[in-house]
Amino acid sequence: MTANLKHALFCAFITLIISYPILGFDLKGRGTSVALEGVDISTSIGVLLAVVIVFVFQLYRDTIMGSVRQLPAINPLANREPMEQSKRLKLESILLTLMVIGAVIWPFIASRGAVDLATLVLIYIMLALGLNVVVGLAGLLDLGYVAFYAVGAYSFALLSQYFGISFWFALPIGAGLAALFGLVLGFPVLRLRGDYLAIVTLGFGEIIRILLNNMTSLTGGPNGIGGIPDPTLFGMEFSRLIKEEGNTSFHETFGIAYSGEHKVIFLYLIALVLAVITAVAIRRLMRMPVGRAWEALREDEIAAKSLGLSRTAVKLSAFTIGAFFAGFAGTVFASKQGFISPESFVFLESAIILAIVVLGGMGSQMGVILAAIAVTILPELAREFSEYRMLIFGAAMVLMMVWRPQGLMPMRRIHIELKRQE
Amino acid sequence: MLEVQNLSMRFGGLLAVDQVSLDVQEHEIVAIIGPNGAGKTTVFNCMSGFYKPTGGKILFEGNEIQGKPDYKISRLGLVRTFQHVRLFNRMTVVENLLVAQHRHLNTNLISGILKTPNYREREQKSLDRAAYWLDRVGLTEMANRDAGNLAYGQQRRLEIARCMVTEPKLLMLDEPAAGLNPAETKDLNQLIISLKEDYNVSVVLIEHDMSLVMDISDRINVINQGRPLASGTPDEIRRNDDVIKAYLGEA
Amino acid sequence: MQDFLYFLQQLINGLTIGSTYALIAIGYTMVYGIIGMINFAHGEIYMIGAYTALIAITGLAALGIAWLPLVLIVALICAMIVSSSMGWAVERVAYRPVRGKHRLIPLISAIGMSIFLQNYVHLAQGSRNVGFPDLIEGGFRFGAADSFQTSISYMQITIFITTLVCMTVLSLFISRSRIGRACRAVSQDLGMANLLGIDTNRIISATFVIGAALAAVAGLLLGMYYGSIDPLFGFIAGLKAFTAAVLGGIGSIPGAMLGGLILGVAESMTSGYLSGEYKDVVSFGLLILILLFKPTGLLGKPEVEKI
Repeated sequence: MTANLKHALFCAFITLIISYPILGFDLKGRGTSVALEGVDISTSIGVLLAVVIVFVFQLYRDTIMGSVRQLPAINPLANREPMEQSKRLKLESILLTLMVIGAVIWPFIASRGAVDLATLVLIYIMLALGLNVVVGLAGLLDLGYVAFYAVGAYSFALLSQYFGISFWFALPIGAGLAALFGLVLGFPVLRLRGDYLAIVTLGFGEIIRILLNNMTSLTGGPNGIGGIPDPTLFGMEFSRLIKEEGNTSFHETFGIAYSGEHKVIFLYLIALVLAVITAVAIRRLMRMPVGRAWEALREDEIAAKSLGLSRTAVKLSAFTIGAFFAGFAGTVFASKQGFISPESFVFLESAIILAIVVLGGMGSQMGVILAAIAVTILPELAREFSEYRMLIFGAAMVLMMVWRPQGLMPMRRIHIELKRQE
Repeated sequence: MLEVQNLSMRFGGLLAVDQVSLDVQEHEIVAIIGPNGAGKTTVFNCMSGFYKPTGGKILFEGNEIQGKPDYKISRLGLVRTFQHVRLFNRMTVVENLLVAQHRHLNTNLISGILKTPNYREREQKSLDRAAYWLDRVGLTEMANRDAGNLAYGQQRRLEIARCMVTEPKLLMLDEPAAGLNPAETKDLNQLIISLKEDYNVSVVLIEHDMSLVMDISDRINVINQGRPLASGTPDEIRRNDDVIKAYLGEA
Repeated sequence: MQDFLYFLQQLINGLTIGSTYALIAIGYTMVYGIIGMINFAHGEIYMIGAYTALIAITGLAALGIAWLPLVLIVALICAMIVSSSMGWAVERVAYRPVRGKHRLIPLISAIGMSIFLQNYVHLAQGSRNVGFPDLIEGGFRFGAADSFQTSISYMQITIFITTLVCMTVLSLFISRSRIGRACRAVSQDLGMANLLGIDTNRIISATFVIGAALAAVAGLLLGMYYGSIDPLFGFIAGLKAFTAAVLGGIGSIPGAMLGGLILGVAESMTSGYLSGEYKDVVSFGLLILILLFKPTGLLGKPEVEKI
């Protein structure tokens, strides 16, 4: 007990040290000098409370952790048998179909702002599904994923600015260029060990952002590129006035009144189709030889190589495919915003996408989709807490790794079964 | 078909393998034996490309392969197992065999994503081949279990089956009988002989189980402290004084 | 002559920055050497050290204490205490529970911690940068009065001397003290050290504390040198220091020193002769090149893969 008490006191003391100086004083810049202000009493009480909580927790740590461990016994679902694969797959596909149907109906019942947000959610779903291939399936930690997103977005912006290329042509070009970038960057770096790879990809991401920021003559530097055109539907534009010759406008063709909402809904539907394509394509890939190779290499690299799998080729395929879908998402993003700048492609963005993959459960498509929805929508719902968003993110990532590294919805492998030939 | 000439491997100051030579002819089972730490596995690692030998040559079907990347050597038809079984534990038994057939499935991504008939046909073929080999090593019952849940002897057999679906010309087995009981060893015995007789695969194996080695080997190479000690038929080795001294002298 | 003076100036600036990178790099290198993980949140620990030092300096000024050596020493001690405690707590909360799990798990936990700490300071102190008072003014100048002059400020001299002292103390500590010996034993073979009765948990904590304390020193020095700090400035500095650690050979303490100096000089040469905007590109580029062509760094030992 005394050892426990000592430890609890120590922990409480450390809590005080790491929280009070930073939280308890406020540095205020006054012109060139800086002044110190004490903060209001509530912060001090908060710090004190934290100290007490840490003290009590550490003092009764064993008892508390013991009773926490008992908790799953209360949960009736904890020990149930895993569902049979065929049943689970059926359930999953029903659920996914329902989700897609819901998503198709959504824009016609929701407000314009909600549809706009939903488009953003879909973009994040595409990004997270793409990164899921790299991190979850191939086990490569890519911290510079946002670079490929940027390549997709900037390809569209630049192509439309300099060559007047439309969304539909830019979409494959943007995704293709992003994939090419992935291929070229990945080739040298994929030999590296896991954590080195993480840092190098981070470096690449930063380099691309810095270059976008500084090649002012081409990219507009920090001012970005504006006037990115909206997608058209078979040559029909969604603006009030036709911008390009030879096009007609959507509302005139159908003889309906102009509404700004048409464009938002159209863009949403495009994003939805692309997100579904992404999900289905990746789902197929997982069950293809290339998907099995990713998995095998992640499980045991040496055994995989002894069977003739080329480590570089297998990793590169995952990296390139991931980059491809980021390019996809980037093009849609550029079109949705109409304006892009390097601001949108900072490291934090990579971290957010990674957090989505981690929270959802690495490798699990369903989990990643739900996490993308949650991570994008929750901060919007709780706007008053929006400044705490990143703080909570960071904490959630740590907690997730400590308690549930497999994520909220852990990946369930889809086995290929050998059917008996009777 | 395989010829190792004066192979040497140095780790820092330690000369783990010193001037080892051996050869394997077609339709032959060759064993490498020697006391623990003699450098047998290091020879294997050089042959399979995991290590880049510091000296000597390895010829496979007349081509030099020393220092080639491991996966390329495996693609030439020189496939190995490991002293400590290395399966893809969280994949099922049949999936372990499918992974190994990636070369027979060199489909492009698009046809797979679109599930073209051609792709399905090839996928079915590799499933059939997997089923055949599972039957051959007696694991059909286990096909849909996770490989990590198999008993040790079954894991050993699965590892050999996984090599065989790649259709190798030369199979390298690193202590295939380690941890097996006498009955299982006997089965293994027959399996290895059948690989040679029925599938025309040459075998190089490292083994401590003398009864197995003496029963099935056509020729034996003895290595001691990284150096070749003797080579010959099982009978010659049994009567070789140096070998007896190396084994009995240590025991 | 003028060209040479200009070159000399860049060299001095580079060595100044480089030696602080080296101080931060120690934290990365020691932690990596012992538990083989990249402590992604180390840059934030350094940033917190800088904030604490600034809070201490402003606090003392408000109390009317202005005797420079006292101010510096109090600021240094405060920063070291807070940063070390933070380093200890971070290891306890975010790293110890995930130790020994798959390689990516501690790394993701560390990234989460880094984001958390950045926003912790951001929320408490605001996102704007705050000015760091210029406590050590003046310096030496060389060269003709009418042309380019090379200058060494007293601040730069302070940085050199402090770094040198810290490095010497650290080297002595690692080679002589009981904890230092235990550190070396644990970095050789954690499991074995455990069997021999070394409390490895304690040693790992000690590594985090030492690394954090040195980062706090760097925080105070660089804060004064740059003249302002903000919650984000730990991130880039952390990456640079990590680059320095890799450059010199991760796990090697002299390597961290060497790597820091090389990186600092490379950056300041880029700023001096090319453009300040590209200095980050150069350091990341350097990191990538090193990892590709000599992943063991300049002074690191090669690893042999076991099968």
